[in-house]
Amino acid sequence: MTTTNHPAAPAARTVRRGLAPVPFLAPGMIYLILFMALPVGLLAFYTFFKRGRFGGIVFEFTLDNWVKLLEPLYVGVILQSIVLAGIVTLLALLIGYPMAYAIAGLSPKWRTVALIAVVLPFWTNFLIRTYAWILLLNNAGWVNQWLQGLGITDAPISMLYTPQAIVVGLLYMYLPLMVLPLYASLQQLDPSLREAATNLGATPWRAFRTITLPLSIPGALTGCIFVFVPAMSNFVIPELIGGGKTIMVGNLVRDQFFEARDWPFGATLALLLTILLVIVIVVQTAVSRRLTEGPRRG
Amino acid sequence: MSSAPLLRVDGVRAVYGDTVALHGVSLDIAHNEFFALLGPSGCGKTTLLRSIAGFETPAEGRIEVEGEDLLRLPAHKRPVNMMFQSYALFPHMSVEKNVAYGLEADGIGAAEVRSRVADVMDVVGLGPLAKRRPTQLSGGQRQRVALARAIVKRPKLLLLDEPLSALDRQVRASMQLELKRLQHEVGLTFVVVTHDQEEAMSMADRIAVLRDGRLEQLASPQELYAHPASRFVASFIGTANLLDGTVTAGAVEVPGFGAVIASHALAAGSPATAVVRPEDVELTADAAAAALSGTVVDTYFLGGATTISIEMPGHADPLLATVHGATRLERGARVGVRFGRATAVAREAGAGAEASAQVPPVAPEAPAPQEEVSA
Repeated sequence: MTTTNHPAAPAARTVRRGLAPVPFLAPGMIYLILFMALPVGLLAFYTFFKRGRFGGIVFEFTLDNWVKLLEPLYVGVILQSIVLAGIVTLLALLIGYPMAYAIAGLSPKWRTVALIAVVLPFWTNFLIRTYAWILLLNNAGWVNQWLQGLGITDAPISMLYTPQAIVVGLLYMYLPLMVLPLYASLQQLDPSLREAATNLGATPWRAFRTITLPLSIPGALTGCIFVFVPAMSNFVIPELIGGGKTIMVGNLVRDQFFEARDWPFGATLALLLTILLVIVIVVQTAVSRRLTEGPRRG
Repeated sequence: MSSAPLLRVDGVRAVYGDTVALHGVSLDIAHNEFFALLGPSGCGKTTLLRSIAGFETPAEGRIEVEGEDLLRLPAHKRPVNMMFQSYALFPHMSVEKNVAYGLEADGIGAAEVRSRVADVMDVVGLGPLAKRRPTQLSGGQRQRVALARAIVKRPKLLLLDEPLSALDRQVRASMQLELKRLQHEVGLTFVVVTHDQEEAMSMADRIAVLRDGRLEQLASPQELYAHPASRFVASFIGTANLLDGTVTAGAVEVPGFGAVIASHALAAGSPATAVVRPEDVELTADAAAAALSGTVVDTYFLGGATTISIEMPGHADPLLATVHGATRLERGARVGVRFGRATAVAREAGAGAEASAQVPPVAPEAPAPQEEVSA
């Protein structure tokens, strides 16, 4: 391409430079617009119309779907989902932090072994893993057999199909997603920071509390998001391990589309879930940045 | 040293797996001394520093501060503070919080912490930056924070690990002066680890040269320069012409150069190296009249002085000579060469490899030329 000495040339050059990344961005952007932005937009659009009798929508404007969200039934389900996903996240953090801390302290060779062990469950089919829990937890399952065999209980305890079982299932499923980001943030911590704290007279516990812990909060928040987001919208585990007795938002969304055939309300629930999760992620990002970089401009 | 030493390192041996990092190093450091541990990477200097701080545990030996066994204390109870090479500033705390950290860890009251932090910040000139985060500071400013944090507890011993290596040349020069000033001002004992001989020479009262986990020589900078104990020290400290030959009475017989007059305490007939500093090489314009002569290969103008590289017949390495100011000599000029003061160090027969440092470094009659150098 030849550039002539034309008055407009500099401006054109700036534009051309601004467009330079386009070939690299375009494939991904087009994919995301087609299969992410467009469907979400469609979803948002549906929430303002009436349901068709056998699914689909009738193009008559209404706010009923949003009003319906405020019914105690649905508010209850949403709150229950938040509580269950929150408990799962908290447990994952409490169990995952010591795990990640221990792995980060291993020698490089054992670190690799431990990390592979952490992600190993992901290589097994999700349904098979879930059914394995059913085998373990049901009334005639292994756990009950052991408990009775060891004389700890006389009769089987019903563990399957309870909210606790859902928590156990979700925790099992998403624990690695907590451990990995935590491990990454602990592992990249400069060991001389802890040494400096020790050198300045901090006991090991104080060094951990004032240096390691605060600097690993961004990793912990990322882990919390990685666990909370999918745990909140999972509907398979509440159905299989929870026996469908405890309904979470994910189940509700699926039921609206496939059983109640109320597409607009299903869309409203799905959109609400999306909005809630986006808010959580935005807050997490802001908090992390503030912690690591401090307030902008001092 | 007349009084009891502040720090005594006695026969410290450190081992990592199969490699020995320190082979029984012993040295004493006096109160208010500016001491340097100097050596190439892998010489064990950092291991020794980290052993004093308590981040490494030696396999053998004792480390004492004022007679108290340091090795029995965990790292956080040692009366020793350290400035880390990477500075290791806490990124999530303000400058002021970083500096206060050590005082708070000791449970000192808030009011006293505040006043002591403010004092130290003034000493290192950080006052206006108190509320900044480390990421908002320049390299030189970060270094000051690290320094302030390390001296605020008034440790008996301040350890500095490569304190200036992360700074660019100009900041480094001013920081060197500042460290010396600070050392006098606060009256602390400094132990600096460095691989930069210029840095050690310009700042330290005494230097321990370490090599492969052994103490090669411990002396003042002037002494190290004038009377190196080994070929290694001679080549590591400053620039030197190393002329390998054989010991004779009061000289070293160097093939091609004849007898080079050198002070030494070596047995006649043993292999030795004559060490001639470039400023002790005298040049004469009349090459024909001189006993030794060579051809100028290159000249390096350094401002206050010029270094001239001279090719000598029958000698592989060019000879380096330093003269004051500029020179009129040009490439290809013939010059006469005469050696002024020189010292001789023992050398293992055969290779130019360095002998062990068992030889007494300096002959008893040596002090006279040394004083001349330091004057």
